[in-house]
Amino acid sequence: MRILLIALWLAASPAFALDPAAVEKLAFGDSDEKIEAIGALVAGGDPRAAELLQAFSDGEVQTSGKRVLIVRGEEGVDAVTGEKVAQLPAEREDVVANNRLRGAIAGALAALKLFSAERDERLAAARELSGGADASILPLVRKALEKEADPDVKPLLEMTAAAMELKGGSKESRLAAIRMLGSSSHPNAKSLLLEAAAAEADEDLKLEAQKSLRAVDGRLAWGEWLGLGFAGVSLGSILLLAALGLAITYGLMGVINMAHGELIMIGAYTTYVVQGWMRDAGLFEWYLAAAVPAAFLVSGAVGMALERSVIRWLYGRPLETLLATWGISLVLMQAVRTIFGAQNVQVENPAFMSGGIQVLANVVLPWNRIAIIFFALAVLAAMWLLLSRTRLGLYIRGVTQNRAMASCVGVPTARVDTWAFGLGSGIAGLAGCALTQIGNVGPDLGQGYIVDSFMVVVFGGVGQLAGTVYAALVLGFANKLLESWSGAVIAKIAVLVFIIFFIQRRPQGLFALRGRAAET
Amino acid sequence: MSRLYGARGWAILGACSLVVFVVFPLLNLAVPPEHPLHLSAFWVTLAGKIMCYAMVAVAMDLVWGYAGILSLGHGLFFALGGYAMGMYLMRQIGREGQYQSDMPDFMVFLDWKEFPWHWWMTDQFWWALLLIVAVPGLLALVFGYFAFRSRVKGVYFSIITQALTFAAMLLFFRNATGFGGNNGFTDFKRILGFPITTPETRMALFAITGAALIGTLLLARWIVTSKLGRVLAAIRDAEPRVMFCGYDTMHYKVAIFTLSAVLAGIAGALYVPQVGIINPSEMSPANSIEIAIWVAVGGRGTLAGAILGAGLVNGAKSYFTVAFPEYWLFALGAIFILVTLFLPRGVMGLLEHLPGASRHPSSTRRGKTA
Repeated sequence: MRILLIALWLAASPAFALDPAAVEKLAFGDSDEKIEAIGALVAGGDPRAAELLQAFSDGEVQTSGKRVLIVRGEEGVDAVTGEKVAQLPAEREDVVANNRLRGAIAGALAALKLFSAERDERLAAARELSGGADASILPLVRKALEKEADPDVKPLLEMTAAAMELKGGSKESRLAAIRMLGSSSHPNAKSLLLEAAAAEADEDLKLEAQKSLRAVDGRLAWGEWLGLGFAGVSLGSILLLAALGLAITYGLMGVINMAHGELIMIGAYTTYVVQGWMRDAGLFEWYLAAAVPAAFLVSGAVGMALERSVIRWLYGRPLETLLATWGISLVLMQAVRTIFGAQNVQVENPAFMSGGIQVLANVVLPWNRIAIIFFALAVLAAMWLLLSRTRLGLYIRGVTQNRAMASCVGVPTARVDTWAFGLGSGIAGLAGCALTQIGNVGPDLGQGYIVDSFMVVVFGGVGQLAGTVYAALVLGFANKLLESWSGAVIAKIAVLVFIIFFIQRRPQGLFALRGRAAET
Repeated sequence: MSRLYGARGWAILGACSLVVFVVFPLLNLAVPPEHPLHLSAFWVTLAGKIMCYAMVAVAMDLVWGYAGILSLGHGLFFALGGYAMGMYLMRQIGREGQYQSDMPDFMVFLDWKEFPWHWWMTDQFWWALLLIVAVPGLLALVFGYFAFRSRVKGVYFSIITQALTFAAMLLFFRNATGFGGNNGFTDFKRILGFPITTPETRMALFAITGAALIGTLLLARWIVTSKLGRVLAAIRDAEPRVMFCGYDTMHYKVAIFTLSAVLAGIAGALYVPQVGIINPSEMSPANSIEIAIWVAVGGRGTLAGAILGAGLVNGAKSYFTVAFPEYWLFALGAIFILVTLFLPRGVMGLLEHLPGASRHPSSTRRGKTA
């Protein structure tokens, strides 16, 4: 078949018109002949072949007697010569492309793009082909491979060529392909080798495939663990950001704030609004610099208003606080829905946050996640400084430890409560600002985090910042580790059940304050 | 303290039973549809639904109002009872589903050939009844035992029950769990062989729900006027003192929590055939918190208040979601805030200030921890 294809290619390339035989096969042949014809047509690299195939895949190819036409609306073009047809024949039949043909056409069209002068276009085409393409375009891939020098495109093409060889090549070429895959560290190499090891009939080749597979596995395992570790740290940093604010309002002040998730959501929407303004001002790349303080201030202000208007009257009645703040969360959610609509809003990453660094062949660390890890650390450091080095922090700690005594020595406890609640809420806003960079922004954003962040605070131990940090990291890792074994939902359930049991064993959390009260 | 109700209480209860067992059936079945006094199926279903909610509210009031345990997991028990009934109703569809198979449609869709183990015997009504009581009961018993044994209380308990419902919701959302995933159970055809949508079946379900609600109320009232009820109230007000008096408070709390869960499960089982659908969103944490607000609106620790609160809030919900759908959450949020701030004793507390109202000894005192 390959000889035939090369012959067709040699015959077809200098001509201006498409090879009539191939076009005829495409229109009238059975599936196998059609696929052969697709290979033949693209081998010429003629842009008109691309046009014909696109039309075929869109269902615009029709036949009239022996003629093959591309029909768009009322206009027709002869597929072989490319000339316009003055009068469309009345008797026409559609040529239908089934799924297999569509796949072959998509592959063929991508293969044509391999010869583009633009590197990005070639890379995109090579990526598409590496997802699986019909073996009929192998000669074309080979030809592209000879010319290709780009370090990103070339390995992809080698992979694609090897995959095709494995399916249809001779014993020598299959062996070469297996060896090539064995020295590659692309994640696809593993699945290709697995397939080859299972499907290969020849014993020698089977052994060779298994050997290559072990080599690839060894190289990939590192990457997998690294990726898992990074995902754990990343989730941990997100949980930490979501829970830090709660560690102040719940952990230090003892207020059950069910509206905490909505304060996160407000921070996210603030980021969205700031993004719009900065885009209008032409400073889109720098919008985060303005959005971070804005999210802190807006959420903090909302939090202080809530403390003054509602929560203040419920101190010492935690269950009632829970219900009232739940009511607040409903109102805030519905208010955002009324103002911005129920749909998610679009927050785009600035250019420096998109993309990532490739550490290993199968591990890419996205910039936005790296940035969030450092952002979480920065927020943590700032909070620690604020609590341990400033007068407000001193007051907050004093009021937490002994309200009456603090009041006696002149600390304005009521005002400190408001400020502390505002601080916790502001940090929730910062979490919201960070979340816009990795997920959807919608009115329900906060709901997804409220249970998680309570779990972090409770698990870490109430009244302990260090506990919150450890708990966030442990839960982040545990979640990702379980996820890699059992899927996301089961992992989440397992973590929740674990925490439920953990609280029953140690109601005071991981890091408990020592005390001897009968009431805990 | 030992009597259930005074003359006034019995009179109100009698009037309510008259409405449920006589007025509703007469207006719905005997009065012809074109008559202005005819009660349409919509109203019967709505009233039946609210009575189910009222049952959960009474169950909630038992644990929250009397024992001071705010459970945010009652939506889960309600849904479990509903799912147990739903499994039986799915089996009753028989071969009348979309795919004309012995298996429920969603199983055919998932290409399952056999029923999963937990569907064993669910075509038997008595087994369904057993599941309705046993599943929420056992879960509450085991969960309550572990929680109360390690003295998890107050807000901690609320939060872990909320985590429990949340975990269960995620579990039931999975197709592989075998409860229809996202869509849950729906398209029921028959119950005990009777077609489920005829006015007569509807009315029968309505009357059974009414009887169950009255039964629940009397049982709850009997408990809170007994010695058990007084120990519970003491636990609510000062648990350490009760412990130092030599009571093992754990047993009391586990018992009332389990009973409350069973009552919620029965309510859920009555809810499903009337509403015609059960899906995992019933387990969302929001639903469980709403149950608490029904009780708070009516007045905690009054039982009758729980029924009143469930009726008021759900009546308002039905009205708002039709008339001003976008404002319902504002209204609900405002109810949460205003009731906790200004009406700590709910509507029942307001009623007591009306001239001529009798002051009942058990409702004049508010719990410290509540």
